[in-house]
Amino acid sequence: MNDSPATAIEFANVTYRVNGNRTLISGLNLSIRRGETLMLLGRSGSGKTTTLKLINRLLAQSAGTVLVEGRSTAEWDVIQLRRHIGYAIQEAGLFPHYTVKDNVALVPRLERWDAARIAARVREVLQLVGLPYDEFAGRYPDELSGGQRQRVGLARALASDPPILLMDEPFGALDPITRAELQQEFIQLRKSLRKTVVFVTHDVAEALMLGDRVALMDSGALKGIYAPAEFLRSTDAFVQPYVTAFRAGQHILNSGA
Amino acid sequence: MSLPDFLVAHKREVLTLTGEHLWLVGTSMLLAVAIGVPLGILLSRRPAWKGLVLGANNIMQTIPSLALFGLLLPVPWIGARADRLAILALTLYALLPVVRNTYTGIAGVDAPVREAAVGMGLTPRQLLWQVELPLASNVIVAGIRTATVITVGVATIAAAIGAGGLGEFIFRGLAMVDNNVILAGAIPAALMALGADFVLGTIQKLLARRRH
Repeated sequence: MNDSPATAIEFANVTYRVNGNRTLISGLNLSIRRGETLMLLGRSGSGKTTTLKLINRLLAQSAGTVLVEGRSTAEWDVIQLRRHIGYAIQEAGLFPHYTVKDNVALVPRLERWDAARIAARVREVLQLVGLPYDEFAGRYPDELSGGQRQRVGLARALASDPPILLMDEPFGALDPITRAELQQEFIQLRKSLRKTVVFVTHDVAEALMLGDRVALMDSGALKGIYAPAEFLRSTDAFVQPYVTAFRAGQHILNSGA
Repeated sequence: MSLPDFLVAHKREVLTLTGEHLWLVGTSMLLAVAIGVPLGILLSRRPAWKGLVLGANNIMQTIPSLALFGLLLPVPWIGARADRLAILALTLYALLPVVRNTYTGIAGVDAPVREAAVGMGLTPRQLLWQVELPLASNVIVAGIRTATVITVGVATIAAAIGAGGLGEFIFRGLAMVDNNVILAGAIPAALMALGADFVLGTIQKLLARRRH
């Protein structure tokens, strides 16, 4: 097994079946480098979210091995594994009965940090996602806009400074302007944080803009991994529809300018 | 004799029977919550058992209360004292709304909230105490509220098996064909039900205000 420090997450021949019959992922081999942002791109039902959930063991594979930092996820204490990995999802999943501050403080509190350290970290991480502490710390999730909720979700995922971050279409439910803002901020964050990020999206433009590499999935199988420039040049049959869709969008932009 | 005169003349008995009634209702409700909430939590973990448990509870509710008192009479220890028997029967009646609402409240927690909680490494116990129970609390209290109001009413029938309570006046009034005596039992019981409804309703509203 590849145990080199350059690999953060590795899938070796991973298959996932639901209730032992329907196969959602088959024979997946994938190496995710430390510090990179890998975009899992694919249509609905292509298995990208399933792949993500195999990393923090929200799902357990039927066959094969998933290694996180050289250790099989089956050997990790599952709670320790999850606290080692930040997790941000489309609907944010903020606790509605917790204030912003308490939502963000969740994992540090579970990890029994002392109060002063938690308070300092919450302030820092809210700043990082562009939410001034004094204005937002005491609010409840239903007093936030969709974009603000997503920022809190991201702050919560970053709070304990986990080396790995899983993001499942975190900007998927946002309006286009808020979405573009958050994407730009994510690019900045990514540079400063240098975390290993696995990011699920069905949006080609987002995949090309945010990722160091793009892993294309279809029907539960990995079709290829590309750097964004490679992806656009690729002549692979599976890549073509995405490139066409992307270019069509650009073409409209250019002809309108 | 008018009703107020009757109440004043029988002040001591009214208080005693009200006290007995409170004891029957209070004890049954404590037991129903102590059994029903954990049972509801268990169902949320084993949804396959839901049909069986809620079905059995439903059947329990269809048994007429007087018949249930009678059916429980031969049970050892329980049947030996009327108040034990009454408390057991009342507990069984109160169980369904408590179990059902606990299950419904927990099942109603938004899937993304639960997924985020599990994904960030909450243990099952932390998920229950920090997320599921707080978010389900107003639904659970609504179930306790329904059960309490029902129990205050059904508890009047406990007098038929000699367990005391405000039903004493009602049965005595029926036998004497004296409306005042019936009302001397019925009015305090109704006030008790309204009071419980108001108190638990207020708690429920306070819980709901904490963002659901």
